[in-house]
Amino acid sequence: MDWSRILVNVAGEIFAPTTAAYALAAIGLNVHFGLTGLLNMGQAGFMLLGAYGFAISTIAGWPLWAAVLVAIACAAAFGLLLGIPTLKLRGDYLAIVTIAAAEIVRLVGRSTALTELTGASSGLRGNSYKDTFQDASPFPDGTFALGPFEYSMNASNSWWVRIVGWAVVALACLLIWLLIRSPWGRVLKGIREDEDAVRSLGKNVYSYKMQALVLGGVIGAVAGIIYVLPRAVQPDSMGRPMTFFIWTILLLGGAATVFGPVLGSIIFWVSLMLIKSVMRAGVPESVMRTEQIEQFGWIIVGVTLMLLVIFRPQGILGDKKELAIDVR
Amino acid sequence: MSADLPRGHVPAAVPHATTASGRDRVTADLAHVAHTPGVPKPDAIVVADQVTRHFGGMTAVDVGHLEVQRGAITALIGPNGAGKTTLFNLLTGFDKPSTGTWSFEGRSLSGVSAARVARSGMVRTFQLTKALSRMTVIENMRLGATRQPGENLFTALVPPLWKAREQEITEQAEELLVRFKLDAKRDDYAGSLSGGQRKLLEMARALMSKPTMVMLDEPMAGVNPALTQSLLGHIQALREEGTTVLFVEHDMHMVRHISDWVVVMAEGKIVAEGPPEDVMADQAVIDAYLGAHHDTDLGDDALLDDGSIEQLEAEEQANQAAAAAAATTEEGPR
Ligand SMILES: Nc1ncnc2c1ncn2[C@@H]1O[C@H](COP(=O)(O)OP(=O)(O)O)[C@@H](O)[C@H]1O
Ligand SMILES: [Mg+2]
Repeated sequence: MDWSRILVNVAGEIFAPTTAAYALAAIGLNVHFGLTGLLNMGQAGFMLLGAYGFAISTIAGWPLWAAVLVAIACAAAFGLLLGIPTLKLRGDYLAIVTIAAAEIVRLVGRSTALTELTGASSGLRGNSYKDTFQDASPFPDGTFALGPFEYSMNASNSWWVRIVGWAVVALACLLIWLLIRSPWGRVLKGIREDEDAVRSLGKNVYSYKMQALVLGGVIGAVAGIIYVLPRAVQPDSMGRPMTFFIWTILLLGGAATVFGPVLGSIIFWVSLMLIKSVMRAGVPESVMRTEQIEQFGWIIVGVTLMLLVIFRPQGILGDKKELAIDVR
Repeated sequence: MSADLPRGHVPAAVPHATTASGRDRVTADLAHVAHTPGVPKPDAIVVADQVTRHFGGMTAVDVGHLEVQRGAITALIGPNGAGKTTLFNLLTGFDKPSTGTWSFEGRSLSGVSAARVARSGMVRTFQLTKALSRMTVIENMRLGATRQPGENLFTALVPPLWKAREQEITEQAEELLVRFKLDAKRDDYAGSLSGGQRKLLEMARALMSKPTMVMLDEPMAGVNPALTQSLLGHIQALREEGTTVLFVEHDMHMVRHISDWVVVMAEGKIVAEGPPEDVMADQAVIDAYLGAHHDTDLGDDALLDDGSIEQLEAEEQANQAAAAAAATTEEGPR
């Protein structure tokens, strides 16, 4: 068993682009659930929409900034569309509608009617939309090694996408940090506790919930862009399981905290990689095949989520006291 | 408190100009008003017409005409299920009527959202308290304030734009907490307060916006008898400041002690109106209201003797026990 290789792989997950993308998606979900109490069960839909918006407009020849704006606008419009009919109703309705809507985005994206635009189920090849992003890099091409970590400087799964991805995560954390401490964040927290009470104090609850839904969705769309930059846009890899992982990450790190989603994402991907590499190296092919090991990893995710919700609902960084007090 | 009234705050009719206390002034104003249901008032702040609310085939509220005098403390009484809470919900935009119109300070409020009703100066509390459990007492209070620019998403990102107002709000909140004897609980989670303390918190929070009118749904229910006296004081102080108060209460002694006017509801309708002494002697009211307790005099001072205080305390304890039991069943992961 090559322990040093396993260790490098595992440590690489700490700052992998995927980890950053999931952290960002979980930060968006935190605005929904942690701050406002909205049950968004379709965060992957926002991500996929952002990925499509970015990739398709880049392929159409739009510059980088415009493509990012398209992704943001798509997510904002999607949030408004989902929010208008549901945010006046009880919370469960939003949950149902978002699950369905995210599936609709995926199914429409992979339908053959749109092959020209979305590439249907085979999706969009990474090389067709990565140029503008890679060209924006100030670094020379080639590969670069930092200690045991060696990646290309700009191409695909690069240092450049890591730098940008984590810078965006840091900015998002700063944004949440500012908002949680602000009177705006206080109104959201009030809504999370009891909408009617907040309404009786003269706040337009519907408008606040809409702002939260759109903001969290837009953060999700940016996460979608980062997620697809080192790979391809594949609708089937951005379905319900993705939403489920984002929820696990958020609950693991701690909802309503600033760094919970980041910590959650790191722990999630590091442990998954650890389990999978150790099992691949240590379990003989006759006992468990490689695909089975992959699936076994996901089973562990499911069990972890269950254990978390039962034994540590506030997550790693959450305030135990806040959750433990007598909620009547 | 009244020293820094917000800009745009409409001062009440003529509260401080005379030496007479608020109570005397209001009593004088209402002296010549007939004691009949739906009677017009000399200076009505709320006027409701033909307001009805049906739940299925059942009529919860059927109010032909109702006026509430500005600056007065009006009690709304009636047996359980009379429709008092439903009427509150309708007037404050928390429920939609089947028919009817009503106005507040001359502006129609029919169809206006609950948040806008509150912003127009009519703030309510709930019979089942809505303290925001996982927020601290002081955060609950701050949420009640108006004109905080930081409640806008973009302004929120630039603390210098809202810190000054936050400071003002916090000072105002602390002042109110002292008045309501909650200052020791400032940084505790609201969820850790007793039922009675939550009632107080909810009322104090409602006052943060310096409303023109407060509507209190059973403000004394569950409040420790030792505190009810000071709560009564707060309500009377509101009248001195010119705030209009409409409140639902079951304790007839309190109703008689502080209210200037009493409106009696039964089965959705207004069955009597008048000053407390009159209304409580009214045979129709006794019939409608008392039901089983036919032998007790409404508003009898004896209700405040030791026996009834013990009874009140027992009820408070029972309430807390019930609430605690309810809490344990509701506990669990969210
Ligand atoms: N949401 C509702 N659905 C059905 N019936 C209701 C609803 N709210 C109140 N009611 C009924 O309306 C009547 C008046 O209730 P309520 O206004 O709470 O009375 P009160 O506050 O005077 O005790 C009661 O008979 C109650 O059962
Ligand atoms: Mg009631």
